[in-house]
Amino acid sequence: MTFISNLINGISLGSVYAIIALGYTMVYGIAKMLNFAHGDVIMVGAYMAFCAMSYLSLPPIAAILLAMVVCTVLGIVIEALAYKPLRKASSLAVLITAIGVSYLLQNIALLIWGSAPKSFNSVVGFDSISLFDGRLIITSETVVTVIACIVIMLGLTLFTKKTKIGKGMRAVSEDKDAAELMGINVNVTISVTFAIGSALAAIAGVLLCSAYPTLMPTTGSMPGIKAFTAAVFGGIGSIPGAMLGGILLGLIEIFSKAYISTALSDAIVFAVLIVVLLVRPTGILGKKIAEKV
Amino acid sequence: MSKDKMVPVPSNAIMPERDINKVPILETHHLGIDFGGLTAVDEFSITVGRTEIAGLIGPNGAGKTTVFNLLTNVYQPTRGTILLDGKSTAKKSTAQINRMGIARTFQNIRLFSNMSVIDNVRVGLHNSINQPLAASLTRLFGYRASERKSLDEAMELLVFFHMDDMANRQAGSLPYGAQRRLEIARALATRPGIILLDEPAAGMNPSETVELMENIRRIRDSFNIAVLLIEHDMNLVMNICEGICVLDHGKVIAKGSPDEIRSNPKVIEAYLGKKKGGVEGGEE
Amino acid sequence: MERIKNMSKFTRTNIECYGMVLLAFVILLPLQNAGLISYSIAGQLVPICTYIVMAVSLNLTVGFLGELSLGHAGFMSVGAFSGVIAVACLKGSAAPDWTKLLVAIIVGGILAGVAGLIVGVPVIRLRGDYLAIVTLAFGEIIKNIINCLYVGVDKNGLHFSMTSADELGLVDASPVLKGPQGATGIPKISTFTSGVLLILFTLFVVLNLINSKTGRAVTAIRDNRIAAESVGINITRYKLTAFVISAILAGMAGALYAMNFSSIAARKFDFNTSILVLVFVVLGGMGNIPGTIIATTLLYMLPELLRQFADYRMLIYAVVLIVVMIATNSERIKLFADRIRSVFRRDDDVPDAAGKGGGAK
Repeated sequence: MTFISNLINGISLGSVYAIIALGYTMVYGIAKMLNFAHGDVIMVGAYMAFCAMSYLSLPPIAAILLAMVVCTVLGIVIEALAYKPLRKASSLAVLITAIGVSYLLQNIALLIWGSAPKSFNSVVGFDSISLFDGRLIITSETVVTVIACIVIMLGLTLFTKKTKIGKGMRAVSEDKDAAELMGINVNVTISVTFAIGSALAAIAGVLLCSAYPTLMPTTGSMPGIKAFTAAVFGGIGSIPGAMLGGILLGLIEIFSKAYISTALSDAIVFAVLIVVLLVRPTGILGKKIAEKV
Repeated sequence: MSKDKMVPVPSNAIMPERDINKVPILETHHLGIDFGGLTAVDEFSITVGRTEIAGLIGPNGAGKTTVFNLLTNVYQPTRGTILLDGKSTAKKSTAQINRMGIARTFQNIRLFSNMSVIDNVRVGLHNSINQPLAASLTRLFGYRASERKSLDEAMELLVFFHMDDMANRQAGSLPYGAQRRLEIARALATRPGIILLDEPAAGMNPSETVELMENIRRIRDSFNIAVLLIEHDMNLVMNICEGICVLDHGKVIAKGSPDEIRSNPKVIEAYLGKKKGGVEGGEE
Repeated sequence: MERIKNMSKFTRTNIECYGMVLLAFVILLPLQNAGLISYSIAGQLVPICTYIVMAVSLNLTVGFLGELSLGHAGFMSVGAFSGVIAVACLKGSAAPDWTKLLVAIIVGGILAGVAGLIVGVPVIRLRGDYLAIVTLAFGEIIKNIINCLYVGVDKNGLHFSMTSADELGLVDASPVLKGPQGATGIPKISTFTSGVLLILFTLFVVLNLINSKTGRAVTAIRDNRIAAESVGINITRYKLTAFVISAILAGMAGALYAMNFSSIAARKFDFNTSILVLVFVVLGGMGNIPGTIIATTLLYMLPELLRQFADYRMLIYAVVLIVVMIATNSERIKLFADRIRSVFRRDDDVPDAAGKGGGAK
């Protein structure tokens, strides 16, 4: 029973990672940049939901929507101000800028909300599910997280396959210049990608803090790095890859905490990542990149 | 396979007479590669004599550059063998193959663009300069002598290509023609037995092309090596190549002297016939 | 004559680097001895030296080898803790402090080099962002492992444990390294002079390397890997050489750094530290050693100088970082700067034409 319980916890944590990883992977696929500020957008989303519920006494759904709107705007603004001028710059310059944005968001949060952790009230309204006479408890957060993850995954897949702008996104990720010549507005496409990624980050932030209710300006960094790892794990640039990578990462983390060592769980997660990259240098579902000579 | 075969097979009878009784510098037998299900090159067998200037021509997409990539093991061949100076190059890395004696240039120029012109050539000299890591780190143990040697030899090569006045310029800032020459100089610095030139005249004006032809002959005569070149400029190919191999859809459709190629109906159909007006009109 | 010009360019960089460091040393040392430097600045001298070594060594990987490393602090960490343990082993000996420090630095360098080799051999074949991610993962793994590591020294030798200090079974001694608490009771034997000497050593190694056959091979791989392979350069070997040398120097810096504090924990050497050093390198200029030294000094002091802004200083730091990156990399700003320059220059046609030629290709 503990095994099943761990399995469920792993999937639950993994679903959060997966939602965050989607943001990383979409931005990487389209803008070819590592957006290290993504983790901090999660934190902003969580603070927004927290404020909406605590100070404005909004219902959870409204709080989540507000957080999504704020993060979407934030994502678009960050892209327009910090990343757009660097479209043609080296990837390292963009990376450092992203790190600057990450510092900026953390320090703004520090000024507004202080460094003391806020205790986050879960957004989920119903009770945990108890099975097998209480030997297996599935928390309501788990249920909501997993469902949210599946819905997002299906929604995104449909969006990129069926809608015009979604197809545009896939075209830009294949070849930016060719897409531009075909009449796709690359700037708009990139903005939309950031908007979607940031809205997902808001959801992830709320779900993460519902399950692990301490909220600090640095809350987003470690889940951000791990979700990024998950995206690489699954094959960066690939939407199903991010999903798979996220879930696997969550499972590895929970199982190594349960059966190997709590303190070493992060080391194990990263060690598995290295091994996966050695065997499959572009991740599990990543495309093999052929080099033209 | 036939390691010590001295006389080339009849289908390769395009080698210049002076090379006929020596081990050819390059021999391929039934070379082929598939990408997925697609056969890019198949049954590619040629022989290049030790001091021959040979040409590899064919329409766009015929697989010419793929052949160069096979010869240097950038792509591993699916089938067939490559003998360099009689020794097989199977399972060797690109770097090892260079040390065995093949140097090349690239269709889209690949220089070390942030390094100086002379340092580009010095990188080419890498394997002939003896400077252990300890010497690199401490400036002792013969550091000075080895640096001087590499500077002197690189400068000699630059003089050969009339580029000595550009030695300290950044390679990426050179005009196009000079970049092509530098790439050849760098390849020659590795002291190859054969040099592969991938479209050396691309983007050059007629006077630059004439100078290039001159240079290719000088390279062969001064360094006593073979040249295998891919080129679309028929004027250049017919003028300087002694043997020509025509590739179409990954297969060799003709081999022979320039005169034979010119009158070969298959070639005219596959290549010259289609492009005749364009090629000759462009030269006037 | 060409040769003389060629040599003189290298010599100029060398003179700039060594001169800058020596000048700073000659000015600061008497001031420090006379107690004229404020306490807070004096406390920053060894850390600045450390970070200069870190940044110069990272520049070897990022600027000259062209590979992004996000785990440089991991090597610093290995060097720091192995240095601390080495000094703990020498506790009873009569050796003077500078010998102990030297031993710590050498041991730290060697072990960090070994770590570099262990990470480097399997992963150096990975390209671009993937190598960066593996270095990130490595840094996190090191931090995690040291956080769980308990080490003690007694008359029976070294004791290790991954679970608790009690398990070490020490006789008449307290543990050197206590898991998440880190190392405590470190003798503070690092001095400004030793820091400057380590910088000079680093400059000697790195500057010599880049002006040598090995360095040219490394730079060639950065500029065009395929071309480097085609002229017979063993890519793996030279990438690994640069990577390991960079790791060794980072380990030495780590040992120096640790010996400046009485206690130090593994979380000091986390992802943010790696990023901090990377920022020094990028702002100093990739492949630009004098620039790296200046950028490290200025940026390390910046939060210190912004102290009067208290809470806002990290905010300002972040804004400075973003603005500088955009100002130095944006296409539009570059064009604008070129136009301004061409107003003051008469032969403005020349750079314009060159730019167009390069673009069209």
